[in-house]
Amino acid sequence: MAPWLVRTSSQLARRAASRLLSPSQHRRHRAPAPWILCSVPPVPRTSPAAGGGLREFCSVRGFTGESSAAAAATAEDGLAGGDLQELDFPGGKVSFVAEMNFLPESQRERINCYRVLDDDGRTVSGSKFQEVSKDMALKMYSEMVTLQIMDTIFYEAQRQGRISFYLTSHGEEAINIASAAALSMDDIVLPQYREPGVLLWRGFTLQEFANQCFGNSLDYGKGRQMPIHYGSNRLNYFTVSSPIATQLPHAVGAAYSLKMDKKEACAITYFGDGGTSEGDFHAALNFAAVMEAPVIFFCRNNGWAISTPTAEQFRSDGAVVRGLAYGMRSIRVDGNDALAVYSAVHTAREMAITEGRPILVEALTYRVGHHSTSDDSTKYRPVDEIEHWRTARDPISRYRKWVQGNGWWSDSDESELRNSVRHELLQAIQVAERMPKPPLTELFTDVYDEIPSNLREQERLLRDAIKKHPADYPADVHV
Amino acid sequence: MVARAAVAANAVAAAEFKSGGHELLLFEALREALIEEMKADPTVCVFGEDVGHYGGSYKVTKGLAEMFGDLRVLDTPIAENSFTGMGVGAAMKGLRPVVEGMNMGFLLLAYNQISNNCGMLHYTSGGQFKIPLVIRGPGGVGRQLGAEHSQRLESYFQSIPGLQMVACSTPYNAKGLMKAAIRSENPVVLFEHVLLYNLKEKIPDEEYICCLEEAEMVRPGEHVTILTYSRMRYHVMQAAKTLVNKGYDPEVIDIRSLKPFDLHTIGNSIKKTHRVLIVEECMRTGGIGASLRSAIIDNFWDYLDAPIMCLSSQDVPTPYAAPLEDATVVQPAQIVAAVEQICQ
Repeated sequence: MAPWLVRTSSQLARRAASRLLSPSQHRRHRAPAPWILCSVPPVPRTSPAAGGGLREFCSVRGFTGESSAAAAATAEDGLAGGDLQELDFPGGKVSFVAEMNFLPESQRERINCYRVLDDDGRTVSGSKFQEVSKDMALKMYSEMVTLQIMDTIFYEAQRQGRISFYLTSHGEEAINIASAAALSMDDIVLPQYREPGVLLWRGFTLQEFANQCFGNSLDYGKGRQMPIHYGSNRLNYFTVSSPIATQLPHAVGAAYSLKMDKKEACAITYFGDGGTSEGDFHAALNFAAVMEAPVIFFCRNNGWAISTPTAEQFRSDGAVVRGLAYGMRSIRVDGNDALAVYSAVHTAREMAITEGRPILVEALTYRVGHHSTSDDSTKYRPVDEIEHWRTARDPISRYRKWVQGNGWWSDSDESELRNSVRHELLQAIQVAERMPKPPLTELFTDVYDEIPSNLREQERLLRDAIKKHPADYPADVHV
Repeated sequence: MVARAAVAANAVAAAEFKSGGHELLLFEALREALIEEMKADPTVCVFGEDVGHYGGSYKVTKGLAEMFGDLRVLDTPIAENSFTGMGVGAAMKGLRPVVEGMNMGFLLLAYNQISNNCGMLHYTSGGQFKIPLVIRGPGGVGRQLGAEHSQRLESYFQSIPGLQMVACSTPYNAKGLMKAAIRSENPVVLFEHVLLYNLKEKIPDEEYICCLEEAEMVRPGEHVTILTYSRMRYHVMQAAKTLVNKGYDPEVIDIRSLKPFDLHTIGNSIKKTHRVLIVEECMRTGGIGASLRSAIIDNFWDYLDAPIMCLSSQDVPTPYAAPLEDATVVQPAQIVAAVEQICQ
């Protein structure tokens, strides 16, 4: 019989059961890595000699993720003793208990939040974090400032009627920039819509942002999407698709592709607290865990889904606790702390790639701006709450204190930066505004790879209509 | 993807081939196509429920997991919207996934991903990301499978811009269309029919593909153009026997391409016969027949000598009881009566 035939179900049960190791068997494995807080024993990377050879090809049921390989190998070593106390069911052995105890709906204490900088921009004593070079630190700071100014000016442009729509990332600049800084250009980004900073970090210019917002002929999206629906295949940033959480399964697919190619890269996907209610969130996390896909699920828990506060969105302790439900490692981090976000994503990325597993990162933050230009959040939340987060809890000023504290930045650097960004932006907007819109042909291209005859026909009919009644159609669209 | 010229001159293309050919069942033809494409192109992969070690609910993917491994033939958890979404993401990254809906009806759960992303992202990204995805599975009215398992999804999907849809009906075109769908740069939905998987036919040994946008001339004739697809092709051909005995000469075309329609082949036929009968399994309202009728009126009105007739299923959920179920599907006797009426 060919060696790659499926293992019998009893072997599968044993493999699963081996995950419930008795304390005596802990010593077989390496000490848990410092970032692991809970009591679940980590599955070792390198399995004992026995069983290692059987996992070389991926034909055997279960993927050649190192964790499953190791788990399978340990299955050969036998089980914990004391079988009389255990029940055998599909999924593995469980100990039984005579007392009827319901697991509580919540833990006594909420999951702790990882933070590096205190509110005054000083590193918390004893904090462990990923060091950054001065250049990297300064680049992070200036991009955070650029993002803030970009948001302010585009928002104003919408208010002036120059663009039709915009949404800001105010309050989430650290999340945007610091997470992007911790990634490589090969990592694939699947955004929701409040992560333009990731694209900014990767090299999208202010002019390119403006072109998309104005939907002009230089827009890479060819004028087909609302403002802020950026996308760049060159920068590995998937085009924004508005429906909430649809990008989560896409991320699993992209990670699957990286896994097939054995690339040293991961996928990262962003979503808000509201997005965790979607069915796609559940299925994507579940899939990623089962498939051992290298994805970072980054939840921006900013407290609000338009007008729905988190208390009305879910009853769990945020998003981080759901990781355990899916068999996924997770961490809660202070989203307004640039160094904490940077460190968490840097480490998550390493784990995702080297161990072939998904990681859930929940960044706690606050959505300082309105949901979008179509929203007035003062209608459903107190103005002083917004002001508090906009000023006292601002991620940019907090990080600035750290950067200035290191002697790397000064007030004059600050005003110089802000002035030049503002100037560049206003220029970009003027240029983008004057640029013509895409020509009529672009209405019909890219629906398919080549234009089919029915669309050619429809284009012809449209041109005829415009020729016959030019006054009824906009004059500035090139026919 | 430009609509090509008339279908292959030899209507019996399947039978004329150089070497001996080999006989197989339709589901085996689909599998053969998958195996050939997966061998030739390492980016082709399969996602679906129970497609791996179970081999698929209709055995189309049987043996593939052993041949290509668990990663390329992926058993997914039960979440159609999500594994279709996963297929979209993988396709955007450069793979060519073949997503199976265990029954086409379940893909209604994937409608969001299919419509909002699969059909749309090539367009909204300005052509930066392409989605060469194939979505396939068994659909149509089976034998007492109940309403939820008797859906005709071609009816619901036909509006989605950016999608292509084809329906196979013979082992020959099943293999050819599957291969073409996998190679296409556009997302293609391949409709298989639950009752056609065990059809047997001899197909060529050498490699071939079928054009996605072409209709198939099943029986040339002079009196009336009968347009049909999938399982109804067989009801039409059964009716054709009776019609020939009664002295009629129907031209039967299996339209195969549901989106877009092969108006070239269809048009040439209408210009010859001047009478059209559409026989479909979709419901009366909003089905393929409704759109086809509309397209024919737009393009070939002057060639018609009689109103276009369309035989469809009623606008009811498919019942379980056998006689009731049979009553919802167009039967050969109705087709004969319709032709007689058109040709008066």
